[in-house]
Amino acid sequence: MSFSDAGRTIDAIWRIESPKLIAGLTRMVRDVGLAEDLAQDALVIALERWPETGIPDNPGAWLMTTAKRRAIDLLRRNKLRDQKYEELTRSAEWYTEEDMDRQLDGEIGDDLLRLIFMTCHPVLSQDARVALTLRLLCGLTTDEIARAFLAAEATIAQRIVRAKRTLSAKKVPFEVPVGAELKERLGTVLEVMYLMFNEGYSATAGEHWVRPLLCQEALRLGRVLAEIAPDEPEVHGLAALMEIQASRLKTRVGADGEPILLMDQNRAQWDRLLIRRGLAALNRCRQLGKPLGPYALQAAIAACHAQAVTPADTDWVRISALYEALSRVLPSPIVELNRAVAVAMAFGPLYGLQIVDAITEEGALSEYHLLPSVRGDLLFKLDRFEEARLEFERAAALAKNSRERDLLLARASECIH
Amino acid sequence: MRFMMIVKGTTDSEAGVKPSQELLDAMLRYNEELAKAGVLLAADGLQPSSSGIRISYPEPGGKPKVVDGPFTEAKEIIAGFTLIEVKSREEAIEWALRMPDPHGGGQGEIELRQIFDPEELSSDENTQEKIKGQFRL
Repeated sequence: MSFSDAGRTIDAIWRIESPKLIAGLTRMVRDVGLAEDLAQDALVIALERWPETGIPDNPGAWLMTTAKRRAIDLLRRNKLRDQKYEELTRSAEWYTEEDMDRQLDGEIGDDLLRLIFMTCHPVLSQDARVALTLRLLCGLTTDEIARAFLAAEATIAQRIVRAKRTLSAKKVPFEVPVGAELKERLGTVLEVMYLMFNEGYSATAGEHWVRPLLCQEALRLGRVLAEIAPDEPEVHGLAALMEIQASRLKTRVGADGEPILLMDQNRAQWDRLLIRRGLAALNRCRQLGKPLGPYALQAAIAACHAQAVTPADTDWVRISALYEALSRVLPSPIVELNRAVAVAMAFGPLYGLQIVDAITEEGALSEYHLLPSVRGDLLFKLDRFEEARLEFERAAALAKNSRERDLLLARASECIH
Repeated sequence: MRFMMIVKGTTDSEAGVKPSQELLDAMLRYNEELAKAGVLLAADGLQPSSSGIRISYPEPGGKPKVVDGPFTEAKEIIAGFTLIEVKSREEAIEWALRMPDPHGGGQGEIELRQIFDPEELSSDENTQEKIKGQFRL
């Protein structure tokens, strides 16, 4: 891509139009790889022509018409199935400005939703789902995705190529699942988004604590999904969760890049706009009148923190209750660990310690640094400093993020009196 | 990065003349498009400046001067705003270009302004720290 003004403008148009373009083309040719190639071809033609002719009034429609002509040429040359060819010829001219308007409410949203279900399909590995979604639904380049994951560009490129081949080979349909399958598949879609968000929110390895691009893309997709699948409570639950967590993005890291824990963050710097959006999303979720799912419950917990003006105002009793509800719909030692922290805050460290010890006895989370970290903190609060020190040191040895390790070692040295 | 699309006031908006149904529909559709693209953060319209208040400090170190609206110069008046979150300046411009003409009678004007973000102000770390410091209470 050239660095000329036209090039950058076309880049921006691509970002806005490419998901709709690829979704619409996939519906026609039923192959996501071919659809992306056709869209890319149209982009290349735009890059050649637009700097001279100027950018058309409706660039999205122009790109779609161009891509469709390419598709028809290609199908003619390859003499692919007659039916597909006919379908294309018939639909080749409908993508006019009026169609765009008419489609805005329904079909384009539906196509995008089908595309999301495709790129997050369970036949793909988790990594492949994330990479393909970033590529096709966020319009990110392979290079951008690679940088976001601190991976080699070739690795990501190959991952995407393989993912597209798998979808093609397994004949994954371009459709929104129905009935019982919908709930399960929607779970996979939300999981991909939250994984993407968390990958950006807290890097699991290396020096980088926050990688904003991934957070922003996940958040944006979450907002898109809330518009195109508004009847699903967990869609709003996840959107709410990401909005509220993102409101703290800038306060999670100190001047020297060290992590700042929730209770120590400067709340005046939390993004009020995102908090407001998060609370509104949670409200939309509640208004659907269905029981709160795991994302909505986590969002409700995040909302409790967001609404506390000072750490001392935190409603730990309510948070404990929400964690209990969460452990019922999503039983997991991680949830238990969080419940332990909330219970300790609400009712005293000894009660929290009992829950932590129960987790330890079950042998869960033995490799997870936050288990000894939480245990150390509770012991510290109970003035059992020597035991606390050992726990912090154990936690530091398990921590994968070097910043986090430093923080834990600092806490260990605080235990020496 | 965040941008504010500022819709400037017009003689109509200042006179409290409601926009036509056609324009309202177009704006609604546009906001929906922004929301479906996941870029819309907030959008609101403001009442005419006749119900506004201006607070100024004409004397350095002196007391504020409070003046009730309406204010003159429609073009200096804000009639509404839309906050968007985008990946580039060009994307913000592209979205702003897609907003319907907010007046239709030759007075429509949209101003696009980037929201202040400490991290984007400077690549120099010391400056960044100072700026961040200013934002802390």
